[in-house]
Amino acid sequence: MDSAIPELATAGTLPSAAPAAASILGPGEVQIELEVNGERHELSVEPRVTLLDALRERLKLTGTKKGCDQGTCGACTVLVNDRAIDSCLTLAVMHVGDRITTIEGLASGEQLHPMQAAFVEHDGFQCGYCTPGQVLSAVALVREGRMTGDDAIREQMSGNICRCGAYENILAAVRDGARRMA
Amino acid sequence: MNLPLVGAPHDRLDGPAKVTGRATYAADFSPAGLVHAVMVTSEIGNGRIVRIDDAETRRQDGVLAVLTHENARRMHPEGHGFAFALMLLQDDRIRYDRQPIAVVVAESFEQATYAASLLRTTYESEPPITRIEDSADRYTPEEIFDEPADVTRGNPDRAFAGAPVQFKATYSTPVEHHNPIEPSATIAEWEGERLTVHDSTQGVTNARKRLATVFGIPVSNVRVISPFLGGGFGCKGAVWSHVALAAMAARAVGRPVKLVLTRPQMFGSIGYRPRTIQSIALGADRDGRLSCIMHDVLSQTSTFDEFVEPSALVTKMLYAAKNVRTTHTLARVNAATPTFMRAPGEATGSFALESAMDELAYAVDIDPIELRLRNYAERDQSENKPFSSKSLRECYRIGAEKFGWSERDPKPRSMRNGRMLVGMGMATATYPTNRAAASAVVRMNEDGSVVVRSGTQDLGTGSYTVYAQVAAETLDIPIERVRLELGDTDLPPAPLSAGSMTAASVGSAVYEAASALRERLRKGEKAPIEARADAKPQEHERYSKHAFGAQFVRVEVDPDLGEVRVRRMVGAFAAGRILNAKTARSQYLGGMLWGIGMALHEVTRFDERTARIVTANLADYLVPVHADAPDMEAYIVEEEDPHVNPIGVKGIGEIGITGVAAAIANAVYHATGIRVRDLPIACEKLLR
Repeated sequence: MDSAIPELATAGTLPSAAPAAASILGPGEVQIELEVNGERHELSVEPRVTLLDALRERLKLTGTKKGCDQGTCGACTVLVNDRAIDSCLTLAVMHVGDRITTIEGLASGEQLHPMQAAFVEHDGFQCGYCTPGQVLSAVALVREGRMTGDDAIREQMSGNICRCGAYENILAAVRDGARRMA
Repeated sequence: MNLPLVGAPHDRLDGPAKVTGRATYAADFSPAGLVHAVMVTSEIGNGRIVRIDDAETRRQDGVLAVLTHENARRMHPEGHGFAFALMLLQDDRIRYDRQPIAVVVAESFEQATYAASLLRTTYESEPPITRIEDSADRYTPEEIFDEPADVTRGNPDRAFAGAPVQFKATYSTPVEHHNPIEPSATIAEWEGERLTVHDSTQGVTNARKRLATVFGIPVSNVRVISPFLGGGFGCKGAVWSHVALAAMAARAVGRPVKLVLTRPQMFGSIGYRPRTIQSIALGADRDGRLSCIMHDVLSQTSTFDEFVEPSALVTKMLYAAKNVRTTHTLARVNAATPTFMRAPGEATGSFALESAMDELAYAVDIDPIELRLRNYAERDQSENKPFSSKSLRECYRIGAEKFGWSERDPKPRSMRNGRMLVGMGMATATYPTNRAAASAVVRMNEDGSVVVRSGTQDLGTGSYTVYAQVAAETLDIPIERVRLELGDTDLPPAPLSAGSMTAASVGSAVYEAASALRERLRKGEKAPIEARADAKPQEHERYSKHAFGAQFVRVEVDPDLGEVRVRRMVGAFAAGRILNAKTARSQYLGGMLWGIGMALHEVTRFDERTARIVTANLADYLVPVHADAPDMEAYIVEEEDPHVNPIGVKGIGEIGITGVAAAIANAVYHATGIRVRDLPIACEKLLR
């Protein structure tokens, strides 16, 4: 396959700084620190709390959306150490020491990220619910150098379902956003 | 009228909020003291609950309440019309798979989810009937959308018997689920007898009324808020059980409660597109001129409520024929109540009718567009009224030209791209223009900024942008000065965002309010100033009102595997005034993409022994993903309609899907010589 697989696997292990804690976490709440959008957050979560629910329900970062909670729709996509992952399929406690980027962390103040601006300009969404995931997947795709043409974009972006059917415009947005990011 | 015929392609005003995560959907709110509810649903499809053992559930940390039929309050869940009957834990009866049977409330979502998983339910199952073919419980509904279920003009049976060319076939469409990416979500909060609900609803005004009825409280005691909606497509139109259950749970624990459906529960109690079996008979002369059309529809409804998929309504109007019969029959099965799903009736009906027209075109050896032109309806023969406007000829012409229809060799299996079989197909698209009463207030502040207030919704349809455009253009000010307030029952009432009627309804109200404001400003009144309009459709329509379009599709079919890939789609649509060229195009494209799902992917499968749905997730229920999307083009065919409504718009949210499934089936026939009359067109149906 490709090089992303082993790296994704390591992103799912407990941080080396806390190996002893690994065997005794939970079942009650544990104190962890998550780095989200460059800010450190202390929070107390049960080990069974997904990264998605920690972001939404504990940190009130509701830009990350829950669409299926089963890893099939991509609405919950966030960047963990720059890789796009489904935050519903991983636990918050597994991400101590990781750099997590959510949709709230992409723009610089009022200045939209080039990919965000491209989505607005090309109308790459309708209801907007899958959009945070689409934008973050697109950003990761471009940074990983997978922008090798329209077919590649369509294939690589297929983990993010847009039920409104905005794919034609998403394609245009990703194409243009990639140009702006270069 | 200051409004241009095709509105400027403004970016969505809510675009920045949507790409930064600032747009707040129902589940994003967190009132102080919020706790979490999880709905438990039935594991059988027909029968009764013998016992629910909740001892383990109640013992879990954080659990605040367990609601079942044994302790739930008596409610008013009865259905009437499009307010469908609700399952509010009122009895032990299981009527369908995934019916709500309990609600568990806990401090955290995880606690509620785990505790709910420990509930042990014992059932007594009864053998179900899941297929309409097997249901003996059939009847003719009294009416469909205020129209009679069965309509006849002329003498279709005699005309058919005497027709030189006779064509008969049966088409079928499966159960489909809407699957917006935002699951239905409700946050309910009581203050005494006053209920506030954040709900993902296509109609705050409607939801408010229904909740008042269900709880037996005055309408003025209920407030419903829905600033953004993560797609609806019909399944968030009616109020469904979970909304009331969230409010029941909030009352039980005395705190605000959030209840979000799981993805599998999105296949439960929120409606679906019902299965249809449709018989079509066409009688024509050898030149393809229709003398007769008969369209008989059998569709499913639940054992306890009624929804009619109005597949044959389109057939009464679309083509000129002296003798027409359309009928609708319902069959009761052990399933939840179906509901509206993007172009209810037109999507399923156009698959049958437009496939049949293609088959007739081959039977008489006439080009499919030419066949349609020979049967062009100059007036609505069913209503015996002129059309308010109809630009279907232009749609055929422009669509064919953009698509390159002239390159088509009509002979099946005649075109190839390498080893792939190439097929080109077309079909007519149409959707009626609806309108309902809507109110809006337009206010100009002292600084010249303008606020438009209306209790409508934004499903992704562009409400925040297009009504700002209507106000800005009417007042002749820049759109940047206009702000929308919507999605709240504290605002002037507006109808459901459904039936492609919001632009006609709310757009007319905003236009009338802004026009009144402009008049008063002209007479010298100064800001701050506001005007309200309560816009209503005419009581007696002099015209038949429909949007029309033409769909063109190119497919490639793998001759060994039967895999169908749509490679290109062109749609040309005439729908009166277009408020925003950019968002309109997006909606057309979205509808067309839905047509791909309908034609090739989407089917909800039932285990016929248990009536359980076995495809209740997005891995087994396939919707089009990005790699399924072809190159797509949607063209706006300019059309001025002075009769249809004050702003001359026809609505565009649903027409995009109509005709697509037929156009794809027609293209697949052209590619392979195999006619698939049962959706979806799965590869096994093409392997010979």
